[in-house]
Amino acid sequence: MASDPGARMAVELIDIHKEYGPLKANQGISICFAPGYIHGILGENGAGKSTLMKVLAGFTPKTRGLIRIDGSNTEYQTPAEVSRLGIGMLYQEPVDFPVLSVLENFMIGQTRGFWLNRMATQKRFESLCLHLEFSLPPETPVQKLTTGERQQLEIIRLLSLGANVLILDEPTTGISSFQKETLFQALKALAKEGKTLILVSHKLEDIERLCDRVSVLRKGRVTGEMERPFDTETLLKMMFGSVPSPLKPSQTAAGAPLLNMENVSATGDRAGLRGCSVVIREKEVVALAGLEGSGQGVFLRLAAGLKVPTSGAIRLQGEPMAGKDCIAYQNKGVTFLPTSRLEEGLITGLTISEHFALKASHGFRVRWNDAEQQAQARIEQFRIKGKPGMPVESLSGGNQQRLLLSFLPDAPSLLLLEKPTRGLDLESTLWVWEHLYHYREKKTAIVFSSSELEEILMVADRILVFFNGGVIRDIKTAQTDVHDLGRAIAGKA
Amino acid sequence: MIQRHWKAFGLSLAGVLGFTTAILVLAGAPPLEAYYHLLKGSLGSLNKTGAVLTAWIPLTLCAVGLLYTFRIGLWNIGVEGQMIMGAIFATAVLRWGVESRVPLLYLAAAFPAAALGGGLWAIGAGILKTKGEVHEIFAGLGLNFVAQGILLYLIFGPWKRPGVASMSGTEVFPTDLRLSFLPGLRFSPAGLILAVIALLLTAWMFRHSRFGLVLKAAGSNPIATLLFGERPNRYMLLAMLLAGGFAGIAGCVQVSGVYHRLIPSISSNYGYLALLVVMLSNYNVFVVPVVAFFFTCLNVGSIQLPMMLRIDSSLAGVIQGAWVLVALAAIAWHRRKVRPEKEH
Repeated sequence: MASDPGARMAVELIDIHKEYGPLKANQGISICFAPGYIHGILGENGAGKSTLMKVLAGFTPKTRGLIRIDGSNTEYQTPAEVSRLGIGMLYQEPVDFPVLSVLENFMIGQTRGFWLNRMATQKRFESLCLHLEFSLPPETPVQKLTTGERQQLEIIRLLSLGANVLILDEPTTGISSFQKETLFQALKALAKEGKTLILVSHKLEDIERLCDRVSVLRKGRVTGEMERPFDTETLLKMMFGSVPSPLKPSQTAAGAPLLNMENVSATGDRAGLRGCSVVIREKEVVALAGLEGSGQGVFLRLAAGLKVPTSGAIRLQGEPMAGKDCIAYQNKGVTFLPTSRLEEGLITGLTISEHFALKASHGFRVRWNDAEQQAQARIEQFRIKGKPGMPVESLSGGNQQRLLLSFLPDAPSLLLLEKPTRGLDLESTLWVWEHLYHYREKKTAIVFSSSELEEILMVADRILVFFNGGVIRDIKTAQTDVHDLGRAIAGKA
Repeated sequence: MIQRHWKAFGLSLAGVLGFTTAILVLAGAPPLEAYYHLLKGSLGSLNKTGAVLTAWIPLTLCAVGLLYTFRIGLWNIGVEGQMIMGAIFATAVLRWGVESRVPLLYLAAAFPAAALGGGLWAIGAGILKTKGEVHEIFAGLGLNFVAQGILLYLIFGPWKRPGVASMSGTEVFPTDLRLSFLPGLRFSPAGLILAVIALLLTAWMFRHSRFGLVLKAAGSNPIATLLFGERPNRYMLLAMLLAGGFAGIAGCVQVSGVYHRLIPSISSNYGYLALLVVMLSNYNVFVVPVVAFFFTCLNVGSIQLPMMLRIDSSLAGVIQGAWVLVALAAIAWHRRKVRPEKEH
């Protein structure tokens, strides 16, 4: 091991560039991390923080730039080399071996030779725990620990490996406030001993409480540095530019209320829906986030008129919908696209043409020629791999999804989409949303559920977070991010 | 598609012949001779062919009605009751027509009345299904018993023959209230025409009408159908109405064209037999008349068997039942063979 405990290490990043093809994640970043300080890296999602830390930890090679450790230029290729240099990184998701005990995890990577010196290792483990006031049971399998405890284990493991520089990537995500307190105390103690600590976060609160100085990143560049005491307004400006503005370009203002749910409860899924009060407005794109079966499916089916609430009132365009069925909702322009394509969306045994015939006229006689022509036109427009005469069950999942989308009416008032891009690749997903965005020009409100937080943040104006059958968060997309949402989804509103 | 049905049809025919032959051998009867008598007893003379056609008409009408309910996925087991109600409504109209100066009008009115009677009876089961969530099999079966009860009450009560109440039924209608007969053939062409119209109309409906398409859609996936803007429950009631209507017309044909009165066994189990016919036809409107013809030949032909070979005439029932079972097995086997790659 290159570094002895107590050594002080300064790390300098000079003009770091990192490009992924055309995407410039880091564009000339220069930061100096001094020993004895807790240095915060603050920035929005996609600001380039994680990329920079991956470069520093040797996980990804930089495109160009210099890394100087204690004044000398250093080149490395792998995380192992970095680790030997005395730089340790604590990832968001602890990297450990769940079935092994705490002590066994601690031992990994730091014993030499064939025989394990269990006694000596345990002693070192216990003294480190005592020193940082961590209480970790040595014989418990790691899979039984909380995220916070696994984080503590990882910290003492890195320290024991001789890390003088500790990089912590969003360490406060998913841990209890008590564990956060313990962590912060430990980090302060380590800084006092002369360790170099780097805290990556998008949470102002954490940075302000813990850090001595902070570098703010935005769009791959350093937009500012600041020493304690911090000024929140200035930091926010550095993070977001002038004011915290939405991530997405040109948001149209939402229109008149379209769908009102007042204290609506219903059964279904695992959790049902309890006391849901939500207003959906014209032109809005609203995402329903949450773990599978937290009430999003019930919400969509209530809004589509497929389910009857056990209590509460639903109004569409101001009109009470009690006692009305799905068709009445459809007559008001509500269109629902369920996620289970062959179970709810499409009709097995019917061809594509037959679906269009069903969708089309309400006359007594089916105009087969029209249906076939329309099917052919939509097949081309929606790039469906299939023929009008093919039964829908013979299409692939992605093509079934495109077919479902091709049934959407021209100007619905409310589009309810249940995981509209499930199972689609990135290109198809983007294509779908491009198509769906056209509806906003027609005042259509889009409500969709998704399990992809990135998709939600990318396309939604507003997010409803479902937890255990209730809406625990109703927030504008611009005011939240992946981690905040992640916490809400886990029930920490 | 149709080719596939015929293939399944042929397969099952071969299977059923083997099975029946085995039974005949076990029963100690000469199989070839038995088949000969079945054939001769059904198609051996004009008279007998007339009898076959007479039975074919109500069976086909009932089967056509069942095509609608099967298409939307309903097990309309109540065809018997619907046919009985049709016969009762027809009898009621014809009774008014006795001694009228325009009997033809009453005779003509008896048919829509019968369709209405059967249709209402079927809708009863449909409403129990859609509103009360009573399975249509139980609702239909229950209504069959009720219809039978009403029938017996009328025959032995209000509509009994003056002075006598007997199993032989109500007073026979005068000639001008009966469907005309073809001399020698002993069957009424009016009934035959009705059955053929029913077949053609249904074939057209299934191919060209939105109604037929929605029935198929709702039978396959009611939720998706609802999302496509059609209420499956309404179509269930409509399908029941049509099935009951056709069964009712069959009942009317029996009253006005065959028995010329209301008798306790007016439905003659055609309702149940029609279920077998439709299943054996794999719900195909073009196969139904053929299978119905085979079935009536078996029924009519087997009347000869006890006399000629001392075999019970229930052999026809055995053959029909076995045929349906074999056919269902053959269809299932064929379906699996045709598209195995789709079931991952």
